[in-house]
Amino acid sequence: MMNPVLQAKGLDLWYGDHQALHSISLDIFEKTVVALIGPSGCGKSTFLKTLNRMNDLVDSVRVEGDVLYESHDIFDPILDVNDLRKEIGMVFQKPNPFPMSIYDNIAYGPRIHGIKNKRVLDQIVEQALKDAALWDEVHDRLKKSALSLSGGQQQRLCIARALAIQPKVLLMDEPTSALDPISTAKIEELIDQLKTKYTIVIVTHNMQQAMRIADQTAFFLMGELIEFNDTQELFLRPQDPRTSDYVNGRFG
Amino acid sequence: MIPIKTKEMLLIQRSAEKTKPNYRKWKDRLFQASLWGAMSVCAVLTFSLIVYVAIKAVPNINLDFLLGQPSYIEDTIGILPAILNTLYLLLGPLLFVVPLGVGAAIYLNEYCKSARLVSLIEYTSDILSGIPSIVYGLVGMLFFCQFFNLQTSILAGALTLVIMNIPTIMKTTRESLKTVPNSYREGARALGAGKWKTIHTVVLKSCRSGMITGILLTVGRILGESAALLLTAGFAQVLNPIYEGMFSSGASLSVAMYVFAKERGEFDVAFGIAGILLILTLIISVAAQILEARTKER
Repeated sequence: MMNPVLQAKGLDLWYGDHQALHSISLDIFEKTVVALIGPSGCGKSTFLKTLNRMNDLVDSVRVEGDVLYESHDIFDPILDVNDLRKEIGMVFQKPNPFPMSIYDNIAYGPRIHGIKNKRVLDQIVEQALKDAALWDEVHDRLKKSALSLSGGQQQRLCIARALAIQPKVLLMDEPTSALDPISTAKIEELIDQLKTKYTIVIVTHNMQQAMRIADQTAFFLMGELIEFNDTQELFLRPQDPRTSDYVNGRFG
Repeated sequence: MIPIKTKEMLLIQRSAEKTKPNYRKWKDRLFQASLWGAMSVCAVLTFSLIVYVAIKAVPNINLDFLLGQPSYIEDTIGILPAILNTLYLLLGPLLFVVPLGVGAAIYLNEYCKSARLVSLIEYTSDILSGIPSIVYGLVGMLFFCQFFNLQTSILAGALTLVIMNIPTIMKTTRESLKTVPNSYREGARALGAGKWKTIHTVVLKSCRSGMITGILLTVGRILGESAALLLTAGFAQVLNPIYEGMFSSGASLSVAMYVFAKERGEFDVAFGIAGILLILTLIISVAAQILEARTKER
């Protein structure tokens, strides 16, 4: 069996005195979609943000245990966190395009990582927009402000922006919770296409969404990983009574 | 049952409207009229002031006036020295105030982790920006002119203006930094941008117009400043080479206006200068609007 792309081993995390994650161990394999589900405050977003070390931005955060990305410790002080984030992209809950043109939004990542050649940038922008299924809608107005797009388009723009630096893993933090059903469907369809090229970890509140798009699903509760299994198994034959209660809508 | 209730309520509402329709209408009209009154008093006051200054100023503004210098011996009057002094007193301080104030604001907003330090500095700079400028003049006179022995000079005046305007720039910059949503910062960091890279490629770009407004406010404040400069930069209106000029006394336009009006009784000249100041202010506010419109387009 191949090595996991991302591997958490006994991961504990504290915000100040509050322990938000309890000894999480989880393997994520290449080109799969993994959904993280659980009630609010269960630690699923915290876990996601640990994978590309976005939690570093929070003061008073403390981590113990290991997370390995391609067998390298992501907390290794020698490692440049910006290189890690180049490999592990992120899409946020609310679309957050920068107040620049559509083109500049997509080119932002490649530019900060040193690509200046206009022709190369043009290609990257086109490819990223095509990969995010947005090219047809915006190719004739790349110079327009990204803020003029609709919410769903903005979110696909953010996905394109993350793809433009050619990450291996894409982390998505409830990417459709601020969107209408049609935009949501488009993004789910997109995720299905993207998994041929990328590994995707997605936090979702929506259990139907997890069932539709995820190969594997992890159920979090109060900072603990209760169960992690193939999506079908987890929803149809949950091993733990707490998982069963949650997926059957008895709480949450 | 609910429809009947709503029907009843509607009836009650209608009967209420029938009993006091006039009262409401008149109250509304009264307020509108008084607001209109307030607006027209303000508009007439500002407009007539501008017209008055313009009428008094125009006959006095000509090339000799703009390019000459005042001399008792040759009996000439001109404001070229004052224009140049104003330029020095404007650009010199800006060169220091902008990097210092903007830099401090960025540090406080983006880097500083101690909330107590931030609120302490914010509180002090709030107080400082409210102090009358003549107090800065007094401090500048004792500190720069006497303690540092710069005498009454453009340099002493410029340094006083630097100290005076740092709180303003710091405050306006920080206010505009606060308006930048955190999601921009997170978005850039998640793409692998470092902290400084995030600040100068995303954060500063998206609050540029607020910062420009702050800088232009400072420009306006320096142009209009007289009290602090009277005490530190002095009254002289002589054409000097730049280097010598820095270390000798020199009046800015506002100070020159004071001298002409109060000490020499030359009201025509004073109004001429007032006209020039008015034009400068107009140029600045138009420039501000153009810049703001351009940054918004992008």
